[in-house]
Amino acid sequence: MSALLDIAGLTIKTGTTTLVESLNLRIAPGERLGLIGESGSGKSLTAMAATGLLPPSIKATGSVTLAGQQIIGTPDHQLNRLRGTAVAVVFQEPLTALDPLMRIGRQIAGPLQRRAARDGNPLSGAALDKAIFDLMADVALPDPQRIAHAYPHEISGGQRQRVAIAMALACRPDLLIADEPTTALDVTTQAEILRLLDNLVRQRNMALLFISHDLPVVASIVDRVAVLRRGVIVETGPVAEIFARPQHDYTATLVAAAHAFDAALGEQP
Amino acid sequence: MSLLSVQDVTFSYNASKRVLDGVSLTIEPGDSIGLVGESGSGKTTLLRLLLGLTRPSSGSITFNGTPLDPRSARFMRDYRRQVQVVFQDPYSSLDPRQAVLSIVSEPLRALRIPGDHRQMVSDALASVGLERNILGRYPHEFSGGQRQRIAIARAIVAGPSLLLADEAVSALDLSTRIRIVDLLKSLSEQMTLVFVSHDLGVVAALCQKIVILEKGRIVEAGATASILANPQHPYTQRLLSSVPRMPA
Repeated sequence: MSALLDIAGLTIKTGTTTLVESLNLRIAPGERLGLIGESGSGKSLTAMAATGLLPPSIKATGSVTLAGQQIIGTPDHQLNRLRGTAVAVVFQEPLTALDPLMRIGRQIAGPLQRRAARDGNPLSGAALDKAIFDLMADVALPDPQRIAHAYPHEISGGQRQRVAIAMALACRPDLLIADEPTTALDVTTQAEILRLLDNLVRQRNMALLFISHDLPVVASIVDRVAVLRRGVIVETGPVAEIFARPQHDYTATLVAAAHAFDAALGEQP
Repeated sequence: MSLLSVQDVTFSYNASKRVLDGVSLTIEPGDSIGLVGESGSGKTTLLRLLLGLTRPSSGSITFNGTPLDPRSARFMRDYRRQVQVVFQDPYSSLDPRQAVLSIVSEPLRALRIPGDHRQMVSDALASVGLERNILGRYPHEFSGGQRQRIAIARAIVAGPSLLLADEAVSALDLSTRIRIVDLLKSLSEQMTLVFVSHDLGVVAALCQKIVILEKGRIVEAGATASILANPQHPYTQRLLSSVPRMPA
């Protein structure tokens, strides 16, 4: 089967420093992959490369194909078509991902209208309002009338992340990239957002690339993981297998540390 | 006598909202206590009160039976010697222009503690697992975990009886985090530790007692093992059930 995202021999460099080296990753339609790594491992860079969002000072070589289209070396105006339809991204910090000067309703309307126009049936007026409120209901945003009129600073962090997820869903992408989407959130909010993502990805049959440093969080949402260390994938396979029998020393260290904190919490309910 | 006693403390930044509401807490010598709460729980405000950086709107805090008086320079000098703090971000808590010797010896200078500072700094570095020969090096030469060790060395160099830690391992990678938790745990055998954190797993690994804060109130407090095994308050139950667990 052809992969939705196929990364082959991806090397990312800035000047003479290699940040990511000969990385291979494949995600089939509807598949979920977790990318685990500590700070500086190159996990976010890999996500940026997958969407063609690397800054000009950082050079990527190798091959990244998304929905059959080569990303590396393709100019931005051609990639814009792919972003949204093939892939959408949810970032770590919803406060910086949203425009502080624009009401929530209008921010959600943006990607909705672009997607509708692309499909040849532009949205406006009452139909657009309905689409906005439907989407807000999908991500379980309470009190949609108030929140649609609010600015980002007027709602909670969890609500902001729901808005960011709504905007990503508005594009109806085949692949959702979530880069540490719950790291900035409280633990009770994190649990809600993980449940939400899990349900939405299943209902819409999206593929998911979930990037995180947190092993139990990753395990709660994906089936397969790749472990990234200093720009190199050291191990990849099913979550249960990797966490139970890590082959690489580095993975073993991470798994042992995660198990130590987990064990301190006592038996699982 | 308790080391630190917080009695019915209330704190507001403005009249409309209480950040802390009727908080009472007793810290005995030798305790290791985790103050756990989410954003807005008041845990950072409580820590500021314990540090004497702010005064409660009402209620009292006593240290070894003496009321905390941030306006008395004399009291605070002795208090600073007894109570030291480690912050969350080791990248912003160390002055980039000072060498390790100068950073770690700062409490000794500020508190005018006599003695061989160089030797005392060397000893503090050794007890946090760093080489003694790094005195002339600068913060940028160290990793995040090493920087946090330097910050901990600074906190213990003057021999405090109480160490306060504010999310002291939250900014660290997992493999580093577990080593710093081990270090804090071994230090907690020699001094009292109050560890403020949102991370229940870390607190469970480190602290014998837990205090759970929600919206400025203590909703539950007690021995770590019993709270984890048998949480009483609905909020504690929700908090515990929200923590993602490793697959069995």
